[in-house]
Amino acid sequence: MAEVGKKHDTELGSRSTRTLLLQLRRSSPLLSLVALLLLWQLLTSAEIYPAFIVPPPAAVGEAFIEALQSGLLLKHLSVTLEEMFFGLILGLGIGLSIGYAIAKMPILEYTLSPVIVAFQSTPIVAYAPLLVIWFGSGPTSKIVTTAVIVFFPSLVNTIVAVRAVSPNLRDLMTSLNATPWQTFRQLELPSALPVVLAGLKTSATLAVIGAVVGEFVTQGSGLGFLVTSARNQYDTPLVIVTVLTMTAIALSLYSFVVLLEWRWLAWRRRSKP
Amino acid sequence: MKLSLRELVVDFKTPDEGRLPALGPISLEVSPGEFVCIVGPSGCGKSTLIRTLAGLQRATSGSVAGDDVPITGPLATLAIMFQDANLMPWRTVIDNIGLPLELAGVDKARRHAAVYELLPQLHLQNFALSYPAELSGGMAQRVALGRVIVQRPKALLLDEPFGALDAMTREKISLELLDLWREHRQTVVMVTHDINEAVLMADRVVVLSSRPGKLVADIAIALERPRAINMIYRETFLRLVRETRAAIDPPDA
Repeated sequence: MAEVGKKHDTELGSRSTRTLLLQLRRSSPLLSLVALLLLWQLLTSAEIYPAFIVPPPAAVGEAFIEALQSGLLLKHLSVTLEEMFFGLILGLGIGLSIGYAIAKMPILEYTLSPVIVAFQSTPIVAYAPLLVIWFGSGPTSKIVTTAVIVFFPSLVNTIVAVRAVSPNLRDLMTSLNATPWQTFRQLELPSALPVVLAGLKTSATLAVIGAVVGEFVTQGSGLGFLVTSARNQYDTPLVIVTVLTMTAIALSLYSFVVLLEWRWLAWRRRSKP
Repeated sequence: MKLSLRELVVDFKTPDEGRLPALGPISLEVSPGEFVCIVGPSGCGKSTLIRTLAGLQRATSGSVAGDDVPITGPLATLAIMFQDANLMPWRTVIDNIGLPLELAGVDKARRHAAVYELLPQLHLQNFALSYPAELSGGMAQRVALGRVIVQRPKALLLDEPFGALDAMTREKISLELLDLWREHRQTVVMVTHDINEAVLMADRVVVLSSRPGKLVADIAIALERPRAINMIYRETFLRLVRETRAAIDPPDA
């Protein structure tokens, strides 16, 4: 009885140490954020730079509330979100399907890779104006810019993921007379999902860049436009607010994919006891 | 199901468009309900033979047949078990075992009923909802065995099914397989590299030569059933093992 109690105690002790370490590890990203804010505050208090170049955190906070209340931020945010949304769908749709086709038919890779690689090697900022000429200054050109930037990582990840499907499991599906659809749904899709989702994390954050670059070029609306116009008015707090909003979008998208991973790839968290 | 190989030859294409003979010519007949083990040096085409019977590998010449019907692709009545467990890591034990039924369009309720009925014989009743990553090698191989049995095949093709397991586990599962076989009496063709295992399990041990594999010996195993592990100490058993070994490595070679 005493021995059982003792064992229990040690377990409890080690567990509380572990929880503490875990909490520390969880809060450490927050700590670095707080440190950054402090540094920012110190920098502005020391007045090394004038306030219109490095505004204090409080000024940025005020600008944020103001931009929120006036509806300015939400108006431009919704434009950017919409462009990103359709751009992501388009880029992912094309990337995933061409990636799948290339993985299944290697001949396609020889044919398409020069075009795809050349496309990818050209800086997006350089040909964004071209896309505006072709697709106009409306939302379409930004959707296409986003799609182009999202396309490549989803393509490459799909090719890698589908090629990595176990040949032995393919043999199994063949021996069970699986239809091509069954092989796709029951083998290729679940097997490729981890890599495709990892690629989606990259794509999701790139989508923000795509939309904003498009907005830089055309002017009119969106967060990219808001940054440019605020800068022209020397409204540095609003520039910072807009930039942080973009960061928030990218982080939210990233977290959403992490959530999908958590839900869809639950089996990966299981291991021998 | 009767399985027959007639003058079967399988060649592989080499990268320089040449041909690499892998198997045959070989002729062999396996009677319905018979348990045949195939042994031979590594690379002798044992796996190729199994894959051809399973309809996964095309014959270069000659033919394979199940109940005198030529096998040209996978048959629903013929089930193959691979060397590694070959499970889908994203499926639970019951969903891995139930995969063949699911692909055949059996509804969930009937699928689960069929799978749960098998679990006790496979000693997996406490692991129904476990994932492959949570299983030991032996348990994973039992799941693979379950996935074969659930198809109620007329013939089993086993390609070194216990090759990746440790000796103790392997012995245990071999005898469990014999129990299952005694109940259903499918035709079994099993490839193994373990001569003791072959003699302990089979009605007949077929010995292949090195590449391209040809039949060099066909040894009837006159040991009564059910087989038990202590038979390995018998004089008859040892004689049969010696005979098999001599056929694999001829003394004059």
